[in-house]
Amino acid sequence: MNLQAIAPEFGQLALILALVLAAFQSIVPLVGVRARREWLMAYARPLATGQAVFLLVSLAALTYSFLVDDFSVAYVAANSNTALPTPYKVSAVWGAHEGSLLLWVAMLGCWGLAVAWFSSSLPLTMVARVLSIMGMISVGFILFTLETSNPFERILPSAPAEGADLNPLLQDFGLIVHPPTLYMGYVGLSVAFAFALAALMGGRLDAAWARWSRPWTVAAWIFLTLGIALGSWWAYYELGWGGWWFWDPVENASLMPWLVATALIHSLAVTEKRGLFKSWTVLLAIFAFSLSLLGTFLVRSGVLTSVHAFASDPERGVFILALLGICVGGSLLLYALKAPTVASVGRYDWVSRESALLANNLVLMVAALAVLLGTLYPLVIDFLGMGKISVGAAWFNTMFVPLSVLLSLLIGMGAISRWKSDRIERIRKELMAVFIASLLLGFATPIIKASEMNWQVVMGMTVGIWVIAASLWDMWKKARGQLSRVPKLGLSYLGMIIAHIGVGISVIGVTMVANYSLEKSVRMAPGESAEFGGYRFEFVEAGHIEGPNYTSEATRFNVYDGDRLIDVMTPEKRRYTARGTVMTEAEIDVTLLRDVYVSMGEPLENGAWGMRLQVKPFMRWVWLGSLFMSLGGLLAMLDKRYRRKQTVAKTANQQPGAMKEQTV
Amino acid sequence: MNRALLFIPLAVFFAMGVLFWIGIGKENKDVLPSPLIGKPFPEFAAQALESGTGVSADSLLGQPMLVNVWATWCPTCKAEHAFLNTLAEQGIRIIGINYKDDDFKAKQWLTAYGNPYEFNVSDPEGKLGLDLGVYGAPETFLVDGDGIIRAKHVGDLNPRVWEKLKPQFDAMQ
Repeated sequence: MNLQAIAPEFGQLALILALVLAAFQSIVPLVGVRARREWLMAYARPLATGQAVFLLVSLAALTYSFLVDDFSVAYVAANSNTALPTPYKVSAVWGAHEGSLLLWVAMLGCWGLAVAWFSSSLPLTMVARVLSIMGMISVGFILFTLETSNPFERILPSAPAEGADLNPLLQDFGLIVHPPTLYMGYVGLSVAFAFALAALMGGRLDAAWARWSRPWTVAAWIFLTLGIALGSWWAYYELGWGGWWFWDPVENASLMPWLVATALIHSLAVTEKRGLFKSWTVLLAIFAFSLSLLGTFLVRSGVLTSVHAFASDPERGVFILALLGICVGGSLLLYALKAPTVASVGRYDWVSRESALLANNLVLMVAALAVLLGTLYPLVIDFLGMGKISVGAAWFNTMFVPLSVLLSLLIGMGAISRWKSDRIERIRKELMAVFIASLLLGFATPIIKASEMNWQVVMGMTVGIWVIAASLWDMWKKARGQLSRVPKLGLSYLGMIIAHIGVGISVIGVTMVANYSLEKSVRMAPGESAEFGGYRFEFVEAGHIEGPNYTSEATRFNVYDGDRLIDVMTPEKRRYTARGTVMTEAEIDVTLLRDVYVSMGEPLENGAWGMRLQVKPFMRWVWLGSLFMSLGGLLAMLDKRYRRKQTVAKTANQQPGAMKEQTV
Repeated sequence: MNRALLFIPLAVFFAMGVLFWIGIGKENKDVLPSPLIGKPFPEFAAQALESGTGVSADSLLGQPMLVNVWATWCPTCKAEHAFLNTLAEQGIRIIGINYKDDDFKAKQWLTAYGNPYEFNVSDPEGKLGLDLGVYGAPETFLVDGDGIIRAKHVGDLNPRVWEKLKPQFDAMQ
């Protein structure tokens, strides 16, 4: 039989089977918990495995249809083309709404699979509840896929001979990796959500629950961090004007769950170590996942118009809104009914690590709220009939600069403070020297860099350096000044230090780029040179390139630093033949200390071009910071204590009252 | 802690849900609103593709019409072409804008697939397209006999779309 002919139907069938398994997965284990039947609960793991397998089969079937150019599948015809290079045929699978939704549910299945496999240390009732909740989420979203956005729909009998091609914006390496990574983060938060709800259902919000959900939350957070960074990096080099963050609703939609997930990670630490903030932690877990659903919703419904909204379809919006309503409303109702009203037992002083983490949570939540308001405000204005507006970047920057400064100051002090009770004098004695050094370096930066005072730079550099220096100082003290002791400090602790250093690196990067970026638009003809930002740009030639599915006007530049040739750059302006869209391909020369960014503007008379030249100091640091944060998260996740079955079982049996004595 | 306080998040969420619900309903009415609707067709001076004679916004006046933006590099335009031919046979006046295209190729296309257009405005640089706020081809404008733009459709015309546009078109007569 011809595989190509049946692959789409095969994929659809697999998707339906996954739906059936997910339905069983959401009901059977819960019935088992209710009836105290172990054999029913034990169905959770095989059902989750089966569901994941069928979802992956379905995804593979769609990918196959793309690879063989089966344009009888409407989704393939709309998003691919015979001339499209093969890697982009694969990434075209998630190039538009239907396929990205299939990817979303497939990932949900995979997270379920991971929970099923790596949960041997958990009690069976917990596994049953968690997987059952994940099954419910699956049912909702697979149903949504099948009902409103089936990627396997056919155009028969008269299939088009050629496809419409993938949106040229998406024909790029960044877009192969950015959406799946971000989606892994969004979907991964469902695990933290499921753990929180399972704990609520069981009425047991204790340290054990916090310990179980920590590595999962961190895993999802790592994906979110990388996904956001990749998105920013992609926008930077692909959109062609050198910006790296636009406060676009879709970016905001990814930033909000990240902020809340960051708060959640820290709040979980308090719940695990001290048995405090339980209700708050649960609420954060619900918020984090709700916001990631909102992210999906914002992108997909067309409620907010944005450059990213490739698919705007109100009917889907209504379905997603219903899903959101059931999911968020249901979980908040459960929270209202079951969250403990008794105050947590542990005590802590005003100056303590608990207080610092509480402050951290407050700042992060205020930041998330600010983004949420800024994103929803245009909607509210439109709702009141006052016209369509968008909140500018200026507003977000005004909100974010002070919050980031405050948060950075907190990181340094919070990480060094002690649980339960600490003294201001002790922290001051520890960190005074570090603070003064950071302040001096902060003041030195604008003077060395530009020979003039710039308070924003002083502030940004001071707190950036402060975070890094305070973290390193703390590590040095804890290792008692011996490098050999550093690895013995524990992966969890080292992870925290590295992640915090990452924050400092990003803060420094953002400060430098925002204040010292240079840009210039010049008219240049072949043979001409321009001096700019300490570099000489020589326009060597202009030419024409024939790509596989585009034609391109290209220019070649020699860039000199003094007399030394540092790079030959060939920015392009591509016109994708199938859609007739014109894309600017910027060319960037990268070092750790600066980016040189050249992009083509409009053609002028006599073969001249309007060129856009930019020099952006410390640009890489913005993303380097996020790599550090992710690496830190990875280390923390791999800490031994998450894998120790015995300890987990022991703590799990402790009564909440016993938590008082357990201080770490 | 009072249990009633724990219901606050639920209440806030409920309020936001209502807002979104209304938001979706509103958005329906004006998807991709064109600022040109209700305004006169932008002035232009160009050549007709077929005859090479000069055409301007005044050439449009008379009967209500569809102004269709198309190009030979656009596969969707090809898909839509047969339907345009049917519309032309029904006596509907269609003016074409040959957008960012090559005149020679465009003429060949019209010979090969039939010419549903009363005339075509040649717009090789896309200047007119820019004035019209064209996102990409194909796009179709409903313009009345006085040269006022009444509606805009992005994407191909087909029987399903036409079902929605026809009442609006008939109302302009």
